[in-house]
Amino acid sequence: MYDFTFHKPTKLDEAIALLKDADDGQAMAGGQTLIPVMKQRLTMPSDVIDLAGIKELQLISISSGIISIGAMVSHAVVARSHEIQSAIPALADLAGMIGDPHVRNRGTIGGAISNNDPAADYPAAVVGLNATIKTNKREIKADDFFLDIFETALEDNELVIEVNFPVPVAANYKKFPNPASRYALVGVMVSRGIDGVRVAVTGAGPSVFRALKMEAALNQSFAPQALEGLNIANDSLNTDLHASADYRAHLINVLTRRAVTAIA
Amino acid sequence: MHSVSMTVNNMVVSGDIEGRTLLVEFLRETLRLTGTHVGCDTSQCGACTVHVNGLSVKSCAMFAFQAEGTEVTTIEGVADGDKLHPMQEAFRTNHGLQCGFCTPGMVMTALALVNENPELTETDVRIGLEGNLCRCTGYQNIVKSILDGAKALRSQT
Ligand SMILES: Cc1cc2nc3c(=O)[nH]c(=O)nc-3n(C[C@H](O)[C@H](O)[C@H](O)COP(=O)(O)OP(=O)(O)OC[C@H]3O[C@@H](n4cnc5c(N)ncnc54)[C@H](O)[C@@H]3O)c2cc1C
Ligand code: FES
Ligand code: FES
Repeated sequence: MYDFTFHKPTKLDEAIALLKDADDGQAMAGGQTLIPVMKQRLTMPSDVIDLAGIKELQLISISSGIISIGAMVSHAVVARSHEIQSAIPALADLAGMIGDPHVRNRGTIGGAISNNDPAADYPAAVVGLNATIKTNKREIKADDFFLDIFETALEDNELVIEVNFPVPVAANYKKFPNPASRYALVGVMVSRGIDGVRVAVTGAGPSVFRALKMEAALNQSFAPQALEGLNIANDSLNTDLHASADYRAHLINVLTRRAVTAIA
Repeated sequence: MHSVSMTVNNMVVSGDIEGRTLLVEFLRETLRLTGTHVGCDTSQCGACTVHVNGLSVKSCAMFAFQAEGTEVTTIEGVADGDKLHPMQEAFRTNHGLQCGFCTPGMVMTALALVNENPELTETDVRIGLEGNLCRCTGYQNIVKSILDGAKALRSQT
């Protein structure tokens, strides 16, 4: 790893100024992806700006049917939060399924969604629960945030501040973990909210996506039988040494049915 | 080089390090606390597990500067002088180690799991060991050790 200058600002404005002033500045959350990537010299920032000193990024709050989770809240804190467990149990469950205890103590929601790993769990929650991402510049709807593999709508010097989740009527997350990495081979978040059903799929394609045909079928009849024979076209899915596109297509249907059964 | 300072095993320590210095490098190379091991350096094996402010972390995936001002506990801080900690004793009596390379990380993980849930079950232990690899034991005796150590700790209080 190449050396860099380490900064630990205590204010958001300060962090953004540091990012703007640096030759090649990089924000750091828990470093759970950034540090391994720097070890591989895939990224070589001149300055690393640690966000852990900024208090306002650490908050969880609930008001008028919205749960707000600060960008620096760890997976372990979300998994253990009584507020989240009672308002959106599927979200607490999902956070508790990420990686292992050590990774959950350091990894954050802000880092996870900004990184947009195609096999990460949180993108399924953000899209499946129709969350809104608040940054220092604007609010971005979940459907507009995740663009492609490791690519989001975030611009230069734009930081995630918090993620706002509307509390659904019901939701469930089913994950088929890759047994070695624990990342999602396929993960499906199903939710029923005031705007109808959402089905968000992670792990299967280049980036999280909504299974629109399944959503339509479930809006007609919210029962696992409604999904019979409804398969995602496998030409849009990943094939790698862990699973073929056909296998992933099959898993999407199975996991969606299981999630629907758990809710219905 | 910049100065970093933290509390390690109840002692205030400091050192001059580079930004890129990992916590595990600071512990092993600056402080010469070589009980914390590096098995993979890629966040997979958990041999480098230590506690930072009471939470288990992989010290190969944390910069030393991220630990500035925190309380760090390593395997060297666990025993009471020459007397093994009950969790270490449980690993000894249950044959929970063979080569011993993974053991510091296993013990630190075990202590974090028991702190979080003193009444943990076998399933809790197996799920809790997701981030720790052992190439020797096949895990059975590690799981036994942790359950036994948890029991010993419960009967202590
Ligand atoms: C062994 C292992 C197993 C894992 N298993 C899983 C799994 O099963 N499921 C899963 O979903 N994930 C998994 N992860 C990923 C992990 O959960 C973290 O969420 C992920 O690594 C991001 O880490 P971080 O939050 O520390 O962000 P960092 O690594 O610090 O940052 C990641 C990227 O996001 C940027 N960034 C960070 N914060 C912000 C912000 N507020 N605004 C804008 N950009 C930001 C950084 O600049 C960087 O580019 C695993 C990781 C490891 C090491
Ligand atoms: S050395 Fe840190 S996880 Fe293997
Ligand atoms: S005892 Fe040898 S690696 Fe675990």
